[in-house]
Amino acid sequence: MKTQNQKAWFFVLPVLVLVAFNALIPMMTVVNYSVQETFGDNLFFWEGLGWFEQILRSDRFHAALGRQFMFTGLILLIEIPLGVIIALSMPRSGFWVSICLVTMALPMLIPWNVVGAMWNIFTLPDIGLLGYLMNTTLGINYDMTQSPFAAWATIITMDVWHWTSLVVLLSYAGLVSIPDAYYQAAKIDGASPWKVFRYVQLPKMKQVLTIAILLRFMDSFNIYTEPFVLTGGGPGNSTTLLSIDLVKIALGQFDLGPAAAMSLIYFAITLLVSWLFYTLMTKDDQK
Amino acid sequence: MAKITLSNLKHSYMANPKTAEDYALKEIDLDWEDGGAYALLGPSGCGKSTLLNIISGLLSPSEGRVLFDNRDVTNLPPDQRNIAQVFQFPVIYDTMTVYDNLAFPLRNRGVTEDRVASRVAEIAEMLEVTDMLTTRAAGLSPDNKQKISMGRGLVRDDVNVVMFDEPLTVIDPHLKWKLRSKLKELHQRVQATMIYVTHDQTEALTFADQVVVMQDGEIVQIGTPVELFERPQHTFVGHFIGSPGMNILPTEMRDGRAYLGSHEIPLEGPTAVTGAAQIGIRPEFVQIAEQGIPATVKRVTDVGRHSVIESLVGEASIKAITQGTVPEAGSPIHLSFQKSQTRLYKDGWIASEASA
Repeated sequence: MKTQNQKAWFFVLPVLVLVAFNALIPMMTVVNYSVQETFGDNLFFWEGLGWFEQILRSDRFHAALGRQFMFTGLILLIEIPLGVIIALSMPRSGFWVSICLVTMALPMLIPWNVVGAMWNIFTLPDIGLLGYLMNTTLGINYDMTQSPFAAWATIITMDVWHWTSLVVLLSYAGLVSIPDAYYQAAKIDGASPWKVFRYVQLPKMKQVLTIAILLRFMDSFNIYTEPFVLTGGGPGNSTTLLSIDLVKIALGQFDLGPAAAMSLIYFAITLLVSWLFYTLMTKDDQK
Repeated sequence: MAKITLSNLKHSYMANPKTAEDYALKEIDLDWEDGGAYALLGPSGCGKSTLLNIISGLLSPSEGRVLFDNRDVTNLPPDQRNIAQVFQFPVIYDTMTVYDNLAFPLRNRGVTEDRVASRVAEIAEMLEVTDMLTTRAAGLSPDNKQKISMGRGLVRDDVNVVMFDEPLTVIDPHLKWKLRSKLKELHQRVQATMIYVTHDQTEALTFADQVVVMQDGEIVQIGTPVELFERPQHTFVGHFIGSPGMNILPTEMRDGRAYLGSHEIPLEGPTAVTGAAQIGIRPEFVQIAEQGIPATVKRVTDVGRHSVIESLVGEASIKAITQGTVPEAGSPIHLSFQKSQTRLYKDGWIASEASA
């Protein structure tokens, strides 16, 4: 007979405490705020699902959510194919491998607010290298404090610059794990380079690409620091993404109830999309 | 289908090979007859995969030429050589169905769908995978995957040669013999030249009509399984083939006779060798007798069908295969060698003449 040793629970306790403090308790605080109204002095009034209804019906939320999906969609559309193409063209062996890898990893090592500040200065029309080049040398009107298009182009470019490397590194890891025999067999079977990509490389990269898309989706959907430092959500509200809007409501207007409700909706959307995507991508593997 | 000729083939993986040691393949001259079933047998690292990759065109040789029916193909890429290769690990296209996998080499060559359908059906029937045609290839068991990779090689009816690079490595033991006999049957049906690379003597001897034995980048012997077993041209072949391998015993030649200690060992035939040489005799032809060479039993191993008796004659260890009762370890015995099967080797190569 197996002896049941209940002492094991004791060892799980530290993890439970840790998770409680860094996730469960803050999360429950948000849930608490989301169903109440407060005027300070620790006075709370029951609000029910009112805040949720208000947020879900608000045009401001719809606009921010639309911008958020557009941003995430655009960067995924650029970063994933670009990352795969760069990974495909990187050398598989020899001296240049490590140089390529280190160069690729560099942007990811820079703190997010520094990236924002760098691109801010880089694009300043009067002294920034890019800004000066565009406006003075090339004569193209480029000022992201004035033009929403310039602001969007800049935050997209910045994110591509910052995070394509992640896709490259993951894809590259997937590519180098393909045994030579697959390439040799494809060569013997008379497969064209496109077919080698479509039937050998892409299927073998599927898992790492799933991870890459998932990571990039979550990160870009929750992005805050870089666009906040770079554009501050402007001009106007044109680059006010969900998180920037949320901070405005929570800390700018101090509307804790609606902000808490919005946080939970935001969280639910991120979770739902990630779950749907992952389930779809791994559905075939279980067969 | 074609006859394949390898002429003065050498290959080195180094940029500037200097000594013979730098070559993975040292001077290979060999003809593979059209429609033959060949095995390329040798220990790991002897250069057999290198040779295979040169024939398939995945590797181009440092020196020498590869001819298909006297046409020089040395610089042609694999897809223009019309060859097929089955690798150690089954290579299948995961996202495709079994049908699409088999059809892939044909479609890539622009074969019409009608023809594709009939060829795939034929090959699937031959490999007994017809009922799997619509399933995704990724979910198959390793032996079925390997069948599919074989099928991709056989589906083209114009292949010059089908090459197998240790294709049974990842297959479960109880399925190995099944696939092996399937291969043999396929060879008889499609009549294509087949080259089977392996380090497993059983696989080589059961599959091939002709076995090419390689060692250190050189061909040591080419022959039928019986020839390799009965009259190894080199001590390496004697040792490598057979279980246990041939007994190789150091000897000193005196007046044209071979001696083991003070005992004269009668050889199969005359020899011109003088000085140090080696006697080679297979354990199958060593008997325990009433009289003969005195020896001490060192170890007895029961391998099921028979026992292997390892005994010491002076410093030399001699293995004998016997059925029935076996002596105990440590006990003194006498050994006798079957004269017609006792060979003499000088510097590794056979040096005694075969008895008439």
